[in-house]
Amino acid sequence: MCGIVGLFLKKDELRPKLGGLLTDMLITMTDRGPDSAGIAIYGDEVSGRVKISVQSDTPKMAFADLDNDLSADLDAPVTMKILDTHAVLSLPAEAEEKAISLLEEKGLRIMGSGASMEIYKEVGLPKDVAARFGLRDMGGSHGIGHTRMATESAVTTMGAHPFSTADDQCLVHNGSLSNHNQMRRVLAQKGVMTRSENDTEVGAAYISSRIADGASLGEALEGTLDDLDGFFTFVTGTKNGFGVVRDPIACKPAVMAETDDYVAFASEYRAFADLPDIDGARVWEPEPATVYFWER
Amino acid sequence: MSITLDMAQVELREVNTTLQAAAKAQANEAYTITNTRGSHAIACGLDGPLEVTVQGSTGYYCAGMNKEAAITVTGSTGPGVAENMMSGVVTIEGDASQYAGATGHGGLLNIKGNASSRCGISMKGIDIVVHGNIGHMSAFMAQKGNLVVLGDAGDALGDSLYEARLFVRGDVKSLGADCIEKEMRPEHIELLADLLAKTGADAKPEEFKRYGSARKLYNFNIDHADEY
Amino acid sequence: MDHTPNTMPRQSWTFSNETNSEIRRAAATGIYDIRGGGAKRRVPHFDDLLFLGASMSRYPLEGYREKCETSVTLGTRFAKKPIELKIPITIAGMSFGSLSGPAKEALGRGATMAGTSTTTGDGGMTEEERGHSEKLVYQYLPSRYGMNPDDLRRADAIEIVVGQGAKPGGGGMLLGQKITERVAGMRDLPEGIDQRSACRHPDWTGPDDLEIKILELREITNWEKPIYIKVGGARPYYDVALAVKAGADVVVLDGMQGGTAATQDVFIEHVGQPTLACIRPAVQALQDLGMHRKVQLIISGGIRTGADVAKALALGADAVSVGTAALVALGDNDPKWEAEYQKLGSTTGAYDDWHEGQDPAGITTQDPDLMARLDPEIAGRKLRNYLNVLTLECQTLARACGKSHVHNLEPEDLCALTMEAAAMAQVPLAGTNWYPGKPGF
Repeated sequence: MCGIVGLFLKKDELRPKLGGLLTDMLITMTDRGPDSAGIAIYGDEVSGRVKISVQSDTPKMAFADLDNDLSADLDAPVTMKILDTHAVLSLPAEAEEKAISLLEEKGLRIMGSGASMEIYKEVGLPKDVAARFGLRDMGGSHGIGHTRMATESAVTTMGAHPFSTADDQCLVHNGSLSNHNQMRRVLAQKGVMTRSENDTEVGAAYISSRIADGASLGEALEGTLDDLDGFFTFVTGTKNGFGVVRDPIACKPAVMAETDDYVAFASEYRAFADLPDIDGARVWEPEPATVYFWER
Repeated sequence: MSITLDMAQVELREVNTTLQAAAKAQANEAYTITNTRGSHAIACGLDGPLEVTVQGSTGYYCAGMNKEAAITVTGSTGPGVAENMMSGVVTIEGDASQYAGATGHGGLLNIKGNASSRCGISMKGIDIVVHGNIGHMSAFMAQKGNLVVLGDAGDALGDSLYEARLFVRGDVKSLGADCIEKEMRPEHIELLADLLAKTGADAKPEEFKRYGSARKLYNFNIDHADEY
Repeated sequence: MDHTPNTMPRQSWTFSNETNSEIRRAAATGIYDIRGGGAKRRVPHFDDLLFLGASMSRYPLEGYREKCETSVTLGTRFAKKPIELKIPITIAGMSFGSLSGPAKEALGRGATMAGTSTTTGDGGMTEEERGHSEKLVYQYLPSRYGMNPDDLRRADAIEIVVGQGAKPGGGGMLLGQKITERVAGMRDLPEGIDQRSACRHPDWTGPDDLEIKILELREITNWEKPIYIKVGGARPYYDVALAVKAGADVVVLDGMQGGTAATQDVFIEHVGQPTLACIRPAVQALQDLGMHRKVQLIISGGIRTGADVAKALALGADAVSVGTAALVALGDNDPKWEAEYQKLGSTTGAYDDWHEGQDPAGITTQDPDLMARLDPEIAGRKLRNYLNVLTLECQTLARACGKSHVHNLEPEDLCALTMEAAAMAQVPLAGTNWYPGKPGF
């Protein structure tokens, strides 16, 4: 049960403002989700390199010399950006798999990875979470944010959204799935593992698994309508865009706005109040059981 | 002369306290609310003649449980606008989100744009006129009143309908359980003409089809068990 | 010739006569069995707990002289006008429509004399009830029958019903016999039709939306009224936590023995958790959020005696609610109507076809002749007497445990007679200091 925001910029001039716009949108959704908040932001990418976002509850100790240690272990250049409890490590793409297992061995929590995606999420009020990570100062092409009111799984960092189960893919959710335990077992049999007890992570893993099997993102989102049960509004991010789908009953709120400059998504119109030229935007509600997708 | 309440300066609690007191005092005043920024529960619970203009768009439950007041929203409204309205007139220049006019007992809800899903759900006597389209599951379990749609209706219109009357000019994607097309009789034309005139709708009553309850679910019958 | 002995005819435990009678009924009618009341199967209950009275290590209070307070204040979190009750026992929501006007009046009279509140139900507020109830809780239900802002403002508290113990997650179908002209008028329905009720509210879904609905209700009622949220006992930890997050002043938690006017028997008997199993997780949720005693918890579903009341309070509830027991106190299922119960194919104590409107006791009916059998003044006095007895019994037990207020009862004052009750109530099995699931063993 939650608030969702998303912003996809059509023009590069707005890129430096992405973090600021998304932060205001996120804070507006505090009432819908006061337990934790998170954001996936698609920023600059460096050809041939990948970014891994990790989290630690003891960042001082865990991040000390982490870049140098990892560089030595991988025998490859590694750079690190530390933001509060999160660190983003940049390294050669071919070393990604080994790097993730080394980082996990060190007890770090993997938030996500990809060429352009960085994920920041923590327990606490959205305004505090945004301030800790300096979300306001981040630039990028698009981003997705989430404020969480936990239903059944714990209020922890790992229970916060967005969930990422493949490179540059992330998912946020408002609603409550009713067959996620069964789907988790089906995915596990295929070797697709999840890291939390959260229903949304199963949705994310389902989509990544379908894409890994050759489906397009659109097809994977269509698949959620048949294979996932319960109430959901999903917003999913990829390197080049984002997609939206609501379950056929479509009880959970969703509203979208589009101008020449951006496409925005939110659980409530309130989140759009500070967007540029919102009075001139086309504002509408996504239809039930219909996949929407924007790509650059 | 309209009194302005600027929500950039005044909290929701004060806005509603002021409006509720003015309505109760039967002062026949006019108020304008500005800088709404999608706030919830604006101008709810008014009980008396009062003219309110809400500039911009609102969140959930704008004009909830309205009695007698005339409320106009210049933008779009969030879920549950004019929910459980008793009387009065609520006009929306833009679109309405889901549950518009839900459980309304009376009064007139005039939506100039489109309405989303579940428009008029469980309505109990309200009149709703939508100049655009309406979404799925509209008039679900609608008990009384009239829903008029100049555009198209989404899936499952009038599912489990009781005695509410539904008039749609455009296409109906599908009818819900126990909802059927019915003959348009002179009294329906007359009723529709009145509602269209009141809401300034550019349409002729003869262009509409009427839908109502087949009343097959009114008393349990084993042959209709699949419909429950 | 030798006679070969026969094996005695043996009834199947699985296909009992009762089970077979239901199969035959289903085959004949094609509709599920609808009835009133709560779960009839035996489930672990308060009877399986005992109090540890004071002796040497603790000192008891003198039974009739030393005070033992019973007052409770509900709605202290946000409401400007919390409800103050003399006793920690309230009357649960039961609709006008399912109950007759005189029955609603009797509930109001009895509750008021005893110093407590009564609750409307799925059918709106009647004058009989408002007029005779000093404190009245107005239920806000998915149907919104008769809902209006005037009654909302006349109420002393608002109870948003998300679910009830008899059928968490369920709507239902009420057959048409009781939809008389007056009931139909209040509900805006045609007379005599079956009433299908929705399982979700028409204009919100989930706690994030509910928070906004509560804002609207508070704005309409000037932030005066306590907002209760009633949930059925299904996932009490999460449901209570989410009710608190959505902004409740009071949470009402109804276990599976909680009654209902009419729903499918399969729902009543097979969905939900026993009341006993619901309380500790609910209290835990409140404690984890730092809200125990700040957001009050009312427990209902199978409360019959002062011992039940005391045990529910000891497990952490702030108050309890009675529904079925209140109807029995008014005269429901009284043996004096046995001949008439027989005519209806039932017997005293088993009569549960409350939805059919033929209640010989004149309580769950809209038939004028049957209704006239219940004198609301006499029935109201009976209810007052019963509520007084519950209170006295609860006080007696509290004093025996050395408490000057019934709210000072605690889980450590209890032991359990069975493993099941020990596990559900998280109190030690009698004679041990252990309960199933207790860490450290």
